[in-house]
Amino acid sequence: MSTAVNNIPSPFELADQPLDSEMTLSMGPQHPSTHGVLRLDLRLDGELVVKAIPDIGYLHTGMEKLFEYKKYQQGIVITDRMDYLNPLGNNLVYVMAAEKLLNLEIPERAQVIRVLMCELQRIASHMVWLGTSALDLGAMSVFFFCFRQREKIMNLIEAASGGRMTPSYFRIGGLMMDLPAGFERRVRQFMEDFPEALDTFETLVTGNTIWQSRTQGVGVIDKDEAINWGLTGPCLRGSGVGLDLRRHNPYCGYETYDFDIPVETDGDCWARFRVRMRELTESHKIVRQALERLKPGPTKADAPKVVLPDRDDMRKHMDSLIHHFLIVAEGFNVPEGEVYMPIEASKGELGVYMKSNGGPKPDRVHFRGPSFVNLAALPVMSEGEMVADVVAIIGSLDIVLGEIDR
Amino acid sequence: MTEKLHEFVQKLKDDNASWIAEVKEAFGEVTIYVPGESIVDVCWALKTKHGFDMLADLCGADRGPEEDPRFEVNYHLFSTEHYNRLRLKVLLSEDAPNLPTVTTIWKTADWHERETYDLFGVIFDGHPDLRRILLPSDFDGHALRKDYPLRGYEPYSMN
Repeated sequence: MSTAVNNIPSPFELADQPLDSEMTLSMGPQHPSTHGVLRLDLRLDGELVVKAIPDIGYLHTGMEKLFEYKKYQQGIVITDRMDYLNPLGNNLVYVMAAEKLLNLEIPERAQVIRVLMCELQRIASHMVWLGTSALDLGAMSVFFFCFRQREKIMNLIEAASGGRMTPSYFRIGGLMMDLPAGFERRVRQFMEDFPEALDTFETLVTGNTIWQSRTQGVGVIDKDEAINWGLTGPCLRGSGVGLDLRRHNPYCGYETYDFDIPVETDGDCWARFRVRMRELTESHKIVRQALERLKPGPTKADAPKVVLPDRDDMRKHMDSLIHHFLIVAEGFNVPEGEVYMPIEASKGELGVYMKSNGGPKPDRVHFRGPSFVNLAALPVMSEGEMVADVVAIIGSLDIVLGEIDR
Repeated sequence: MTEKLHEFVQKLKDDNASWIAEVKEAFGEVTIYVPGESIVDVCWALKTKHGFDMLADLCGADRGPEEDPRFEVNYHLFSTEHYNRLRLKVLLSEDAPNLPTVTTIWKTADWHERETYDLFGVIFDGHPDLRRILLPSDFDGHALRKDYPLRGYEPYSMN
C-alpha cells in the first residue's frame, strides 16, 4: 500500500478562485490563540472574515480505535488524555457508561466524592479558560491569577489520585481509593480563599472597558442556531437556553444539590463569559454542599468480580486474590448491549457511546466531545466579524484540541 | 422513564408505520431501527412534531467484516424541551454503505457525518462537504473498521 504522504497543509480548498479584494490567511496550527493545534483557513475581505474553515486532526491519535483493544479498566487512562483540562469529567463519563452496562450500584460516599472532585475540576477548567482567553485578548496578568487558583486544585487532585493532569481517579464501580487524611481540611481552605479570588477576576476583567468592547456583540449566535449547531454547556446557556444536564438528565445524585443554572440571552462572547463566571460561583456552592455530605462509608461497589479488592483482603482471603488476578489478567465480562451516557462537563455535553459484545473489551467506544461540536459552529459565529475577533470567539468557545481530535 | 419514550415511538408509528423496523429497549434507553431511506423523514418528524430538536451525537459502529449488515449508524436525539433521549439506528451493508444526510435538518450533523465517513467509510449522500476530518486527506482506508489493523499497514511516514 502506498505510503506517499504529503503533510504540507493542503491548498486552501474553498479559496480556489481568489478575488482581487480577498485573501486567505492560514491561522495556525502553531498559533498561540488556537489553544492547541487548530488550523483555520480564513478568507478575508480586508479585515472582515468572509469564510472560516476549521481544519482539525493534528492531534488525532486514534483513541477510539485503541479502546477496542484495551480492557474496560484500561480504557480509563486513555480518557484522561482527551480533554486534558477536565480529565475527571472524562473518567466519570467513561466509568458511568460501563457501570450502566454492568448495572452497578455506587455507594453514597463515592458519589459525593465524584461530585466534589468534578466540581473542583470544573473550576480548574474554567480557570484555564479565563486565563487563556484573557491572554488572547492581551490581558496577561489574569492568566497568572487564574493559574494560581488552578494550581491549588491541581494539588488537591494530586493529593487524592497521585496524578495532576491524568488522575484516573474514578474507576468502574467507585474510586481508585478513598480521600487521603486531611483532604477535607485542604478543600475547605481552598473554598475559603476562592471567593476572594473570584472578586479579583471580576475586578481584573469584568469592569475592564477593553475586555467589554472586545467581547460584547462579538460572535453572536442566537438560540435556534445554537440548538441547530448542537452547542451545549456555557455556549448554549449564553444563547438563552437554560439547559444543564446536571439538572435535566441528572447523574451522581446531582438532582439533590441546590444550585442555579446561569443563563444569558445575548449569545455573544460576553454572554458566554458571564455564564462561566457565574458557574464558578455555582460550582463553589456544590463543592460546599458535597463537603457537608461526606460521611464515612465504602467507596467501592460491592461487586467482587469487577472492583479490585483491598490489598489487605488479598493477604487474608483466597477468593480476593483470585478475583484480583482474574480482573487484572483477563478483565471482566460486560453484558452485551449499548448505552449512551451524557454528563455536563465543563465545556458542555460530554457523551460516551459504549457498545459491548459481552467480552472484556468494548466493541466500540465513541466520545461526543463538547469541544468538537462547539468548534463546528465557529464559522457561523465568526463570519462577518473582524479577523481579530476570531481570536476572541475561539477563546469564548473554550475548546480543547485533545478532545476534538481524539 | 421509558414509558414516555414509548409514547414517542407510538406517535411515530402513527405517523408512518413503515418508518420503524424494530424497537429495542435496554438499560433505560430506547433504540428505533430505521430503514436507511426514511431516516431523513423520521428525523424531520421527530424534530418538528415531537420536540427532539437537538442531535446530540451521531456515530458509526462496525460489527465486523463477516457480518451483514455490517455497519450501524447511531443518531442520539435529545430534546431541549422535555429532555428525553432517543436513539435511531440505521443498518448498512458493506456493498452499499450509503444513506441520506441529515445536515439539512441539523447543521451539527456536518462534522459528525464527516467523522463517520472518515473512520468507517459510510457515505452520506447529499452532504455538502464530505471530506475526511480527523485523518489526512490522502489516508488509505477507514481506520475504525474492524479489519483495519490497530497499527496500520505500514509505518506512517511524514515525508
